[in-house]
Amino acid sequence: MTGLTAALFGPFIEFPFMRRALVATLALSLGCAPIGCVLVLRRMSLVGDAMAHAVLPGAAAGFLLAGLSLPAMSLGGFVAALAVALAAGFVTRATPQREDASFAAFYLVALALGVLLVSLRGSQVDLMHMLFGSVLAVDDAALLQIAAVASLTLWTLALMYRPLVLESFDPGFLRSVGGPGARAHMLLLVLLVANLVSAFQALGTLMAVGLMMLPAAAARFWVASLPAMAALSVAVGAASGAAGLLLSYHAELPSGPCIVLVCGGAYMASVLFGTRDGIVTRRLLAASHLTR
Amino acid sequence: MPAFVIVIPVTTPLVSTAVAVAPAIGLRDLTVSYRGHPAVHHLSGHFVAGALTAVVGPNGAGKSTLLGALGGTVRDFEGRIDRDAALRVAYLPQASALDRSFPVRVHEVVAMGLWTRIGSFGALQAAHQTAIEEALAAVGLGGFERRWLGELSAGQAQRVLFARVLMQDAGLILLDEPFNAIDARTTADLLALLQRWKREARTVVAVLHDLEQVREHFEQVFLLAREKVAWGPTAEVLKAEHLFKARQMAEAWNDAAPRCRLPS
Repeated sequence: MTGLTAALFGPFIEFPFMRRALVATLALSLGCAPIGCVLVLRRMSLVGDAMAHAVLPGAAAGFLLAGLSLPAMSLGGFVAALAVALAAGFVTRATPQREDASFAAFYLVALALGVLLVSLRGSQVDLMHMLFGSVLAVDDAALLQIAAVASLTLWTLALMYRPLVLESFDPGFLRSVGGPGARAHMLLLVLLVANLVSAFQALGTLMAVGLMMLPAAAARFWVASLPAMAALSVAVGAASGAAGLLLSYHAELPSGPCIVLVCGGAYMASVLFGTRDGIVTRRLLAASHLTR
Repeated sequence: MPAFVIVIPVTTPLVSTAVAVAPAIGLRDLTVSYRGHPAVHHLSGHFVAGALTAVVGPNGAGKSTLLGALGGTVRDFEGRIDRDAALRVAYLPQASALDRSFPVRVHEVVAMGLWTRIGSFGALQAAHQTAIEEALAAVGLGGFERRWLGELSAGQAQRVLFARVLMQDAGLILLDEPFNAIDARTTADLLALLQRWKREARTVVAVLHDLEQVREHFEQVFLLAREKVAWGPTAEVLKAEHLFKARQMAEAWNDAAPRCRLPS
């Protein structure tokens, strides 16, 4: 092997844990990135972040009851985040307050509660692990969970594609024709939480949002349609995952932040050079204009 | 509170083409709330079948809320809305209620009008494609099928939405401020479409601001200021005394006013 191929493929050939980490990030991209695209188009980008924080108290409760058990922490995180989403949704419907305010209120409470719960029994290290995960420690159970959630996500998105698009574009119209707008919205939140929870062990809930939102936001600068955006964001996520793992391996840096930073690099490059409204691209095009 | 109940007359349409029977839609002591606050109070009466009715009134009079209740998007109401269960309703929200930057193509927006027939999973058949092309041609946008909605002007986007209404083939058509920020040419074209719907015996209810436009094109007017001020033939409703009263009622509105009914 030459130096470059060795650097690119060597770590994955040599170490099983690197291969598992690679499969985990690829599978995570498949589920997370399309969800991120829908959130970006629905102007719900920050809801992903709020949900990621809301996972914490449930995961901490699972940790308190069962120790570092993946099923207990996953289930706890899933229930807690959904409870926050439902509570925020209820307050939005029942009062004049807007959704962003109620989401912020509930996730902040959830975050404080989560930190408190972890501190009851865990250490600083446990808290860091929950928030930021460790992709190099992904076991079979976690890998299966990630793959299952990614498959479920893609199937569900395909099945609810029409109502989801309609609900995002013109919710009033969908309600007027009796379409399942509320159900589509709820299913999207369930998928969002399921993906954050499935990314839990690999990236931690907070880093998982990075893999969800950054490729989606980047893809918007290159393609127009939702299907193309979803496909491109998966590719960006997967490539960033592989590149991030290599960066982490060679530079001996923590893997989660490396993956998200590479995603961030892809995003910045897209903001600057994207063919659809990239800053530099627009400058270049501004020198001339279409004739009609 | 009105102690009487309006009897809803079963009118037969003058012209019968696409819609065999266009039943009236009746309101019985209807109070509609928006985000927990009552927006319109104790409305009773009926929309004349097969007619063009304009809903007019000052800002905040509850016009959109009323239309939302008729269209089934606002469900927080007391009293009754009587209409034939088989009556197909097409509802066009205010332009600001939809996200024009969302990446959808023109033909996809028009195809949304097929929802009640194809739902989440039904395939678009060749006949549907033809109908979509015809609907776009009818609003003057033939050949625009593959364009992105976001690339169109406000007027063109509104034409697309009217094409979607055409696809819905509805007996009751509800339009919320359909000509806001729309140029004169587009408005004239779309008003012609309203006349076509009238000839096809469809019932049209539109929220509007331009009283000249209403006088010229609409035979019925519902003047609303949180309560019914007047409802009937245009010339009778749009009198100075009614308009003055509507303005007064809107200005006199008091959030701390006594409740007319105990909260349930």
